[in-house]
Amino acid sequence: MAEREYDASRYAPPAEVEEMELPHARGFISKYVWSQDAKVIAIQYGLTATAIGLVALVLSLLMRLQLGFPNSLSLLDPGSYLQFMTMHGMIMVVYLLTAIFLGGFGNYLIPLMCGARDMAFPYLNMLSYWVYLVSVLILVAGFFVADGSTGAGWTLYPPQAISPGTPGIDAGIVLMLVSLAVFIVGFTMGGLNYVVTVLQARTRGLTLMRLPLTIWGIFMATVMALLAFPALFVAVLMMLMDRLVGTSFFMPEMFAAEGGTEHQGGSPLLFQHLFWFFGHPEVYIVALPAFGIVSDLIATHARKNIFGYRMMVWAIIIIGALSFVVWAHHMYVSGMSPYFGFLFATTTLIIAVPTAIKVYNWVLTLWQGNIRFTVPMLFAIGFLFTFLNGGLSGLFLGNVTVDVPLSDTYFVVGHFHMVMAVAPILVIFGAIYHWYPKITGRLLDDTLGKIHFWVTFLGTYAIFYPMHFIGLEGVPRRYYAFGETTFISDSVQALNAGITVAAFIVAFAQLLFLFNLAWSLRHGRESGPNPWQATTLEWQTPHTPPRHGNFGEELPVVYRWPYDYSVPGVKADFIPQNVPPQAVEREPDAGRGGDA
Amino acid sequence: MVDSTLRDPFTETALRGMVRDFGSDQRAFKEVPWGKVMMWAFLLSDIFIFACFLVGYMTVRITAVDPWPNASEIFALHVGGQDIPLLLIAIMTFILISSSGTMALAVKFGYERRRVATGVLLIVTALLGASFVGMQAFEWTELIHKGVRPWGNPWGAEQFGASFFLITGFHGTHVTIGVLCLVIMAAKVWRGSLDEEKPGFLTGRRGRYEMVENLGLYWHFVDLVWVFIFAFFYLW
Repeated sequence: MAEREYDASRYAPPAEVEEMELPHARGFISKYVWSQDAKVIAIQYGLTATAIGLVALVLSLLMRLQLGFPNSLSLLDPGSYLQFMTMHGMIMVVYLLTAIFLGGFGNYLIPLMCGARDMAFPYLNMLSYWVYLVSVLILVAGFFVADGSTGAGWTLYPPQAISPGTPGIDAGIVLMLVSLAVFIVGFTMGGLNYVVTVLQARTRGLTLMRLPLTIWGIFMATVMALLAFPALFVAVLMMLMDRLVGTSFFMPEMFAAEGGTEHQGGSPLLFQHLFWFFGHPEVYIVALPAFGIVSDLIATHARKNIFGYRMMVWAIIIIGALSFVVWAHHMYVSGMSPYFGFLFATTTLIIAVPTAIKVYNWVLTLWQGNIRFTVPMLFAIGFLFTFLNGGLSGLFLGNVTVDVPLSDTYFVVGHFHMVMAVAPILVIFGAIYHWYPKITGRLLDDTLGKIHFWVTFLGTYAIFYPMHFIGLEGVPRRYYAFGETTFISDSVQALNAGITVAAFIVAFAQLLFLFNLAWSLRHGRESGPNPWQATTLEWQTPHTPPRHGNFGEELPVVYRWPYDYSVPGVKADFIPQNVPPQAVEREPDAGRGGDA
Repeated sequence: MVDSTLRDPFTETALRGMVRDFGSDQRAFKEVPWGKVMMWAFLLSDIFIFACFLVGYMTVRITAVDPWPNASEIFALHVGGQDIPLLLIAIMTFILISSSGTMALAVKFGYERRRVATGVLLIVTALLGASFVGMQAFEWTELIHKGVRPWGNPWGAEQFGASFFLITGFHGTHVTIGVLCLVIMAAKVWRGSLDEEKPGFLTGRRGRYEMVENLGLYWHFVDLVWVFIFAFFYLW
């Protein structure tokens, strides 16, 4: 290139802002309970999300028992089946996945990877967690009220969500809606923090194009969440009005004519539009942090720079933007104008382009890499397979004509569990195995980890792959039992029983994982500061686990991008971001390497 | 990949240059304090809330089966023996827009470190805001007397009352919160907390005059939203 170039890599710009004052803890309570340290808040978020996620896991097992052995076991009645299904969906999507990616990993990794002392607004950050906890408690309260939690399905479609006959119509639905509103308030507090920290509190030399992709993913997901949750917030407020005050935003005329309610003339389609204007970005709010984390896992454990970093960043941004114009592909059979369907099918399929770019780039990063089959790497590769499979079935559902017969069948259940349940969960596991040493100073047990991986990875295929075939037979989802039909063959029941067995095996593997988490806290092998020989800033802290303020006396200065692995002509196979070019040890007789 | 922060600007295309500027190290928005970035991000999020409210209102209005009540009749004020359409709402709008003026002056005097002027203007802004909320309460009472309820009204589509009370209520809540914050900020200015950079009671953040500006951003936003609500509810 004929560009004249300053040798910027040798130069770190002077600090632009004075260091932030940290609200240091004054005792046990302010250190671990009302903590303003993002790392502690992250762990609080993570533990709470895991706890509520386990509840949702148990709910899914109970549903599986019913579906697998409908005649021999009678644990559930149809009403509680619907209630459990609703709670399972809502908990997993919002209270587990969103909270753990943004509240958990976001809080832990953003300040560390950005070379910041803490989040920009520690007090608000603390508040964010406690409001989140309140929302979880309100949600859980649904289990204990007289008629139980709501059974409206996690999409809460009106009019049925707030009409007599649906389980939990008295208190359950109100608690669900209030909990969601509180969650959104809490998330907004945290989300503003993450955005400001990434934009304004990075360390010297850390340009946006030197950010690890993990941060890019979490950052973009947070921006999207700040713009998508408002739609859910409005929908929730309107439905609360419908339920409590007796307005009729969503209660249709037709429904009133059948004596369902006194009030009339509302638009149930409006709710669906609002819900999915939130709901579709929500898929990517969960997926983008997973994309980012998996990029870092693959690059680190394959000892290779990420392929096409710039493309990866732009793909994250473009996916984020496009995800706001595809929402009605969830509504092809809702009765909206068919012309809409055509438009939204087009935008939906366009999203496959940046997503495919990312998948290709992950594969090309692995290509000829020095792959270390560590547990995080296994989970990252597992993610690639699962996400690809889930994405391919998405192509079927994105097209209107193919979607119409498949709508509300188990094909849909199989698809979205593959693409937005199992795939991100695999990344969460990989990320926990990857960062656990930084959080605790000890490694998780490798053997247990490998068993956990293989059982989870193969087991989830055994669960969700058959669902595609059940769906192709036309078996509808959300049914407690199927009874006598002309179209459901006997083999479906056999598959259902097999799925249930697989689900239990996978669930037991998670117990193994929890045991590993607890056991390794005391007995795990000591990891040292940088067990994976990674380049990003969180591995370069003076203390492991990092103390309040993260970086000791002086903040690190960044001289390079986060993917300097196996740089030609350099002795070590990785160069941390904060190593200046002068300090890089070169092979004798090697050319000018290491600055790249 | 060489990712140098500084390159010769003449060889750069404008777009690349812009990306590089925003992507530069430490801060994407130079010389913009954290609090202000946060306020803008919050307002962006809040814009989506109000946009969803207004789009929802338009949808239920279009899909309603009963005729929509005539706004200029309902919102008329009975003065001097005849109904004058939109009189009250014109006064309310005028007051709220004026309060934006006093707020802007408060920000200006704040940066000039004129403590008393800033404090007085903040209080004036708060008073104007409070009188807006008061008139809104009066308007709500009038409407309720006329028989408008969230679940019905004498003239037509019940969604009229539902969306009116929900959306103006939500906006009124914003104004009320703003008034509270204005009073607190006025007290801080009055005590000199911003001049001495005293740590806040809850958050521990040091007082700065930027806080007045951030509050001003919020206040202008609330006024701007009102213009849209005004247009969609009273003029449509």
